[in-house]
Amino acid sequence: MLARSCLRSTRTFAGAKNGAINFTKRAASSSSSGSTAPAQPVMLNIAAVASTAVAIGSIAWYYHLYGPTANAMTPAEEGLHPTKYPWVHQQALKTFDHQALRRGFQVYREVCASCHSLSRVPYRALVGVLLTVDEAKALAEENEYDTEPNDEGEIEKRPGKLSDYLPAPYKNDEAARAANNGALPPDLSLITKARHGGCDYIFSLLTGYPEEPPAGAQVGAGLNFNPYFPGTGIAMARVLYDGLVEYEDETPASTSQMAKDVVEFLNWAAEPEMDDRKRMGFKVLTVTTVLFALSVWVKRYKWAHIKSRKIVYDPPKVGDGPAPRY
Amino acid sequence: MATAPRPWLYNTFFKKNYMMLGVVFAGAFGFEMWYNSVMDKIWETNNRGRLWKDIRHKYVTANDDGDDDE
Repeated sequence: MLARSCLRSTRTFAGAKNGAINFTKRAASSSSSGSTAPAQPVMLNIAAVASTAVAIGSIAWYYHLYGPTANAMTPAEEGLHPTKYPWVHQQALKTFDHQALRRGFQVYREVCASCHSLSRVPYRALVGVLLTVDEAKALAEENEYDTEPNDEGEIEKRPGKLSDYLPAPYKNDEAARAANNGALPPDLSLITKARHGGCDYIFSLLTGYPEEPPAGAQVGAGLNFNPYFPGTGIAMARVLYDGLVEYEDETPASTSQMAKDVVEFLNWAAEPEMDDRKRMGFKVLTVTTVLFALSVWVKRYKWAHIKSRKIVYDPPKVGDGPAPRY
Repeated sequence: MATAPRPWLYNTFFKKNYMMLGVVFAGAFGFEMWYNSVMDKIWETNNRGRLWKDIRHKYVTANDDGDDDE
């Protein structure tokens, strides 16, 4: 009904534009479908205005209801989204730069390890990736670990072995909180998987401390301002400064270089299986591609005679009548 | 199979079921070895300079060379 009145109203406008003769024609034709009397022009105008108002109003109501995005958090609580960096080790067929892993482990040991544990990584995992066996053994022996209970049930200390895990800086989470003003430094073993943005986020966080918080920013007691940290108040102060670490391969230890190396190292710690995953994926894709091409060829081969045959209908001859039309 | 273009192929590999099975299994074994070595070579070429084996010589001391092959 609404649609029909709309149609009529456009005709009305067209009729008004083209003159009275046209209008009477339209009115006559529109009345021919039913037995109702021709509609009055005033009523048609009112119908047009009303239907337009209803259409605009319903669209406005819809956008009022569903248009605006509902955010659970303010942008400050969300944190600044990290910049996307072109990490080479994230390309499909690239492994980690193992020299960078070695540098990153050095950064972890000299800087991060004073607060953050890496407790899911054993020394043996470092062998053949960024340390030789002898280096890893020497490193493990620097720390003491509990032995099994001896004959008297006493637990003694022994130097570390390759099968031991990297020692944590604190005995437990409570000790870590007590030493850090109530904030718990997270374990870094899986940190690139555990944070939105992964490598980009950690790199941005490490290098994103401003000289001083911007005007108007609320920074809590004992917190530092970092726009990338959700909530912007982070208990960890800026730790990486140019020249903090002296790399053994004499790479200039700029802030971003150290951040990049340690992020790559943490990515390795979280995904030591990345190389195998990429290699296996490459093998599988290659074989599957060949098999798929083969199966396409076999299908076309088997169907060739079906696709190329021609079916002809030979109609029976009919008596003396005129030849049937086919 | 009398009209087969290569009767020696049939006679050698497919006449007996155990022969055919043997050919299939040995072929799969051999193919996988070859395929893996080729793929690893591609991987190492693509990652030249980034692998541990490319930097290992810098950190291995001479006297324990036979000890740690990793």
